[in-house]
Amino acid sequence: MAEFRTCPDTGFAIDLAADKLIKWNAVTSVVFLLVGGVFGILVALTRWPAVHLLDPDLFYLALTAHGLDVLLVWIIFFEMALLYFCSAILLKSRLAVPWVGWLQYGLMLVGALITNVAVLQGESSVMFTSYVPMMAAPHFYLGIILFAVGALMGCVVFFATLYIAKRDKTYEGSIPLVTFGAMTAAIIAVFTILAGAVILIPTFLWSLGFIANIDTLMYRVIWWGLGHSSQQINVAAQISCWYAIAAILFNAKPLSEKVSRTAFLFYILFLQLASAHHILVDPGMSSEWKIFNTSYALYLAVLGSMLHGLTVPGAVEAAQRKKGYNRGMFEWLRKAPWGNPVFSGFALSVVLFGFLGGITGVMMGTEQLNIIIHNTMYVPGHFHGTVVVGTTLAFMAMAYWLVPVLWQKELVFPGLAKWQPYLFGLGMGLASIFMMGAGTLGVPRRHWDISFADALMVHQFPESAYLMMGLAGISGVIGGVGGGIFVLNMVGTLLWGKAKVPAPAAAEASEPAPEPAIGGAATEYGSASTLEVPGTFILALVFLTAFVLYYFVNWKYLASVWGLS
Amino acid sequence: MAIFPPEKRIWWNEPVEKTEVLWIFIALLWALVMFFMMPYWHVNGNQNLSNEAYRIRPEVYAQRTEEMAAKYTVREEGDTGVPVVRPPAGSDVYMLARLWEWWPVLELEKGQSYRLHLSSVDWLHGFSLQPENINIQVHPGYDMVLTVTPTSSGEFSVVCNEFCGIGHHTMVGKIHVVDK
Repeated sequence: MAEFRTCPDTGFAIDLAADKLIKWNAVTSVVFLLVGGVFGILVALTRWPAVHLLDPDLFYLALTAHGLDVLLVWIIFFEMALLYFCSAILLKSRLAVPWVGWLQYGLMLVGALITNVAVLQGESSVMFTSYVPMMAAPHFYLGIILFAVGALMGCVVFFATLYIAKRDKTYEGSIPLVTFGAMTAAIIAVFTILAGAVILIPTFLWSLGFIANIDTLMYRVIWWGLGHSSQQINVAAQISCWYAIAAILFNAKPLSEKVSRTAFLFYILFLQLASAHHILVDPGMSSEWKIFNTSYALYLAVLGSMLHGLTVPGAVEAAQRKKGYNRGMFEWLRKAPWGNPVFSGFALSVVLFGFLGGITGVMMGTEQLNIIIHNTMYVPGHFHGTVVVGTTLAFMAMAYWLVPVLWQKELVFPGLAKWQPYLFGLGMGLASIFMMGAGTLGVPRRHWDISFADALMVHQFPESAYLMMGLAGISGVIGGVGGGIFVLNMVGTLLWGKAKVPAPAAAEASEPAPEPAIGGAATEYGSASTLEVPGTFILALVFLTAFVLYYFVNWKYLASVWGLS
Repeated sequence: MAIFPPEKRIWWNEPVEKTEVLWIFIALLWALVMFFMMPYWHVNGNQNLSNEAYRIRPEVYAQRTEEMAAKYTVREEGDTGVPVVRPPAGSDVYMLARLWEWWPVLELEKGQSYRLHLSSVDWLHGFSLQPENINIQVHPGYDMVLTVTPTSSGEFSVVCNEFCGIGHHTMVGKIHVVDK
């Protein structure tokens, strides 16, 4: 029989099994963020031309470990915590089959450790993507497979919990929007992991010698069904966090349940096509295939993201206006709690993800435009705009709320927490911009020495490219320090944090506990209380203008290169 | 609130506020513009990848490249010993990727078109023509054929931008483009 405790801050009934699993997954994720982050700083210090810290073999090793530990391990462990939170806790249900949850945790941890060992042994510096025919040690692939099976188990627990919550009627009507977003992430995860199984199991057998040959093009097409789709899990999970934080801090209600849920549905329907983003300059795939897939049919998944981009800040604006912040277009935004890391992390995540990750992703995912950026530094520039200042920052913001509430402890360094999202967001945001700048100048990604000191023939990159790489290195280190402060605060809070005074009044002063009154929807349709969101609409138009300009500037750039047909 | 079930049980019949409707319309329009830019560029643009590609055994590709080099070598590149090959305009031109070089060096004429073949004899490589910044994925076993028309002259480098092992950062080739 499941046991529950009542959360003093939120009044939620928390299943103790879910509580424990959420905590273990969250703690483990933060540990891997630290490990992967340290490798990331080493990479930044090596690609910073004036420092050029590591030797080539160590550099390629560190780059492989960095990709695996932050892109895969940190994010997916945190997503497991989110899945349990969005099912058992938000639906006030017990967690279905907790032992499968522990299986998830165990398999993912063992898998992550095995793969890390393989990489650190030095024989598996094949990068995160492990393209064949470059071969890693068999346990490199085995670890990833175990990790993926573990993640699949987490999805099983999530769906089973949705089922028993519905059956036991622990909630009325439809599941909350945040849970719906988490369900989107879980559905995409199932597709993603299946694609991973299709390609990684044969690759594992190939590394053991049971299969003679793996086709390189097939590998890339199917592997990216894993690699890209797993980033779409992150997008869905991160946008769920956005909606959750808007609700927790502002009592914000979605402008329209229908629009927000449809936008999530577009993700489920179309994001699976994104493997094509990586195959746009490969031989053997037709232009028709590339155009249809790379645009997610008719950019319908991009449409989904543009809708969330309006409805998330729109929900905040509507809620703030209801509280009386009605002066001018932007009083609602000016009077937002910018000193609260939950808010600042959330706000930076929304803005930076849109401008740095979103716009650039669509640009580089255009069939012909991909020619001028493929495999340059532009690519890591783009995905540091998505998974770092988008997903990771959103998860950090979520953790600033979740960790004190779940553990019932005060943050140990509230002053640092106030600054951390800005330091991390701006540092990594600038790193992303400078990497993209270097990529536009042709600097290759995953490259130890762009001065080609040991090469037979030499290419002279312009001084501006070295400047960009230097600035990217500095910004990356600054962002890395910001990430370190986050880890310090989280670990410190668990170890030394003072127990919270459980009275809601005391809690309110130090952290943003939601006001207990939920009543009074922020928007009421067809009545005098209908509120509009003009400020958000203006911001959305600014975004669109930047998007359109940037998109066409790149076509102009493409038009200037050699003719290709 | 998004962390609770929708307040109205029948949420899907709620009307959508007009700002949101307008934004959906604008975003959809923009999505269509972006979609049709790609076929438009195939018709009216000058930078499109061909769909011409063949499966090829690496040794056959290497043999064709060597045959071309034997026929059209004009000199050696500096003191590297790598042949500089100047094939006639319009002909099939081969560039071979292997650990860790682009072979041979090509000399092309500005304004002329060539059928450039790209393939690898070992691992994946990345053909990155600098400073033009044209980037193509090069696979072993696949012969990709691009019709290229250099529109500027001078010395161009081919940098490898797909990680191909410990010597990856030394893999540089050259293409010279000369005025007629």
